[in-house]
Amino acid sequence: MTEADPAAPPESGLALRGITKRFGSLVANDRIDLDIRPGEIHCLLGENGAGKSTLMNVLYGLLTPDEGGIFVDGAPVLVRNPKEAIAAGIGMVHQHFMLVEVFTVAENLVLGREGSAGFLSMRKARRTVRELSERYRFDVDPDAVVEELPVGVQQRVEILKALANDAKFLIFDEPTAVLTPQEIDELMVVMRSLRDEGKAVVFITHKLREVREIADRITVIRRGAVVGTADPTEPEGRLAELMVGRAVSLVVDKQPTERSATPRLSLQGVSVANAGGQVVVEDLDLDVHGGEIVCVAGVQGNGQSELADALLGTLPVTTGTVTLDGARISGRSPKEIIDAGLGFVPEDRQHDGFVGSFTVAENLVLNHFDETPFARGIRLDLARIRGNADERVGEFDIRTQGIDTPVSALSGGNQQKVVLARELSRPLAALVASQPTRGVDVGAIEFLHKRLVAERDRGTAVLIVSTELDEVAALADRIAVMYRGRIVGVVPPDTSREALGLMMAGVPTEEALAAAAAAHRGAADDGVPAGEDLT
Amino acid sequence: MSTATTPPAGPGAGEEATPPTGPAPATGAPRTAAGPARRFPWTDVVTTVAAFVLAFLVGAVLMIVSDSDVRSKFAYFFARPSDALAASADKVGGAYGALLAGSLGGVGPITETTAQAAPLICAGLGVALAFRAGLFNIGGQGQAILGALLAAYVGFTLHLPPGLHLLVAIVAGLVGGALWGGLVGWLKAVAGAHEVIVTIMLNYVAAGLLAYLLTTTAFQRPGRTDPISPIVDWNATFPRLAGTQLHLGFVVALLAAVVVWWLLERSTTGFAIRAVGANPHAAATAGMSVARTTIITMALAGALAGLAGVQAALGPSASGLPVPLSAGIVGSIGFDAITVALLGRSTPLGTVLAGLLFGALHAGGLAMQSVAQTPLTLTTALQALIVLFVAAPALVTKLVPFVRTRKAHTSGPVPQGGLAS
Repeated sequence: MTEADPAAPPESGLALRGITKRFGSLVANDRIDLDIRPGEIHCLLGENGAGKSTLMNVLYGLLTPDEGGIFVDGAPVLVRNPKEAIAAGIGMVHQHFMLVEVFTVAENLVLGREGSAGFLSMRKARRTVRELSERYRFDVDPDAVVEELPVGVQQRVEILKALANDAKFLIFDEPTAVLTPQEIDELMVVMRSLRDEGKAVVFITHKLREVREIADRITVIRRGAVVGTADPTEPEGRLAELMVGRAVSLVVDKQPTERSATPRLSLQGVSVANAGGQVVVEDLDLDVHGGEIVCVAGVQGNGQSELADALLGTLPVTTGTVTLDGARISGRSPKEIIDAGLGFVPEDRQHDGFVGSFTVAENLVLNHFDETPFARGIRLDLARIRGNADERVGEFDIRTQGIDTPVSALSGGNQQKVVLARELSRPLAALVASQPTRGVDVGAIEFLHKRLVAERDRGTAVLIVSTELDEVAALADRIAVMYRGRIVGVVPPDTSREALGLMMAGVPTEEALAAAAAAHRGAADDGVPAGEDLT
Repeated sequence: MSTATTPPAGPGAGEEATPPTGPAPATGAPRTAAGPARRFPWTDVVTTVAAFVLAFLVGAVLMIVSDSDVRSKFAYFFARPSDALAASADKVGGAYGALLAGSLGGVGPITETTAQAAPLICAGLGVALAFRAGLFNIGGQGQAILGALLAAYVGFTLHLPPGLHLLVAIVAGLVGGALWGGLVGWLKAVAGAHEVIVTIMLNYVAAGLLAYLLTTTAFQRPGRTDPISPIVDWNATFPRLAGTQLHLGFVVALLAAVVVWWLLERSTTGFAIRAVGANPHAAATAGMSVARTTIITMALAGALAGLAGVQAALGPSASGLPVPLSAGIVGSIGFDAITVALLGRSTPLGTVLAGLLFGALHAGGLAMQSVAQTPLTLTTALQALIVLFVAAPALVTKLVPFVRTRKAHTSGPVPQGGLAS
């Protein structure tokens, strides 16, 4: 770093200069310059695998950069571990919270700062929580046990931890991925109040709507390099183009199709109990016809996950029946249900969707490795398995070093492509996909949506469980809103967000539609969606 | 060994790799190109070798400290250091020399090593296979006892023609182990009983069962009052290569390793075993039956441990004679197997190599005791030290800087220790 460097670090704030980080031959960060000023919300926008998290791990001392330096208020600082990062005023709010769940909020705050004499000052910790909570309007009880708090509040505890360390620069790593729409709104309020207190907020995300809502400045990263800065007023399409590197269509191109006369997937009076024996889906009726996409919308935790598991047979259907093309599948084993023609994309792909240490090729046959083309007797036909993998990787544009790469090494979007490629590579009667694009970048979302629509066009009954209203609106032919284990109502896809939001909170269909329409009429005399009940 | 070992950051995929300068505006990331296939795990090898060296160094210290003669020379170390150093060198050199001579010094010692290794390999495979399905099989001991019990019973009660008799005895041992192991899998699948508890308890049951049976008329040698059975028929004993300790059992052990490799890497059963071991949730979601896989795996693991018992029951003694069944027939094979599998990183090849190493330590340890008057327990300490260092690669890299620089080169995933559950 020479004196005459035109990009000399600014007098105040946090600056990164020429950060380069390589993993073998992969350049994860390529000479990145970044300025983060106090009192601003700086969005770091980029697809999964673009290098955002690597950069932030460098900043937080979890990774050592190969080149480049970090400057705080114009002076270079050495950040070799999180302790030094904290000392430099850098705080991190991790996507997966670093909290001890059985401890109280105050105890979590004390963690790692127990003091040299071995004394815990719980009184001081409690006071700190109360003070900070009041100052930023967090509404957190210092004596609440973390595991009993909702996810959104747990996240605030993470923020409190950073603030208690006098962090001036707060990094939020994909903070909205785990939150419900309401919690996201609350988080935005929190972030704004942090900014107004003079903190610098770095918000890492790939969700364009959130970026435009909250960012003061946007830096876009693609393939490890800064490709530009953008203004939050830029249209979403333009931001997406910067991020992905090409024009992206955010609207799903969907032609009307012929709906099959009889439902292919049919649920009658289905009740499901969760692992703890609690009834979480109650007396649910739903028909999905061939050639249509039905989206189950609802706030997380209203029984959608269990409903999906019950359709696959990993949770038992306690009462009622599920039929697939007229044949009863409830009460059968997952293997039998899969063989009957049910495709399944699990909600948590890391957990249920694939075996991370298995190769791409192996994961692409995970649920039919023992069937005719891929096995003879108990002998695996490796050539066929590899041939299948080559085909799928091409067809689904799976970005991987090779078919022998472990799936855990792929980005989230490509992992999901592996799961979807596996499910769509055999003839299906119905496809059940939960949160098909959660944690997936824009480019991949576009692709995954296209494939889901293509599957519908092939005459498959597609049932999508999603908590993202954008996705629901883009894909659905019909929307079934779920609340507390029951379906509140089935409405057409052009139903207003307000009405859907009210239904997701349990308001009956008619009332919700009327209330939303009234609100709309108050605002403008626009054409309000018809919103007739299709049930 | 300096043949085609491409450096980890290999230039293999030349044209696909984007140069660090000027990011190309290409839309497609490098994909499906000739990605580096599974590289030879040099880091593993270096770490393992370093672990050995460290273990032998600590072993040398133990020897010096525990020998009163050598210790007495250290009393006047500052007056005449040469005495103490010479005595230490003598002691350590003599002991390790005897260890080496007793395990690798000539046809006799080498074949003694193979004879000692055969049961360790079999039982090690049993533990390794279970590891791969995420099951911690502590029950090798009990499964081996059952294998020995049935193989020996067939060996001394039936009187069949050569070849057939041996085959029937082996199958009986396999079935015995498979039942003992399968029972564990069944209990886990049906009742959720943890395999660690059940296998440990079944070890006691098996030992008790053997002790009891040896007092019954069916097993006890006529005319004897001590718990010992009749001697196994010649026809049911592993034939031995004349003049050496190498017997057919070693070939059977190697064959078992090949079968396990094939099963894991090339069969649908192995696919399910590995999938259930790596991520049971995803395996269940993909329609695999975790319960069924658990039962099958434990039965197979039991059969392999049972084969170790067969080796003990049907292998010839050091003087080449068939042996009777006794309470201590399997020694501590079932427990040594756990360390063998751990050292072998739960792969068939690794298990064979680890089994050979421990076989060599067993064989050499006997020589060390008789020639260099070093207690046999020192070999046990050596084994323990090797496993300790292998199981703690971070410790090795701390102690041996050379390994650390190697590690910095390859950024591969940390090798799975095998204790994953």
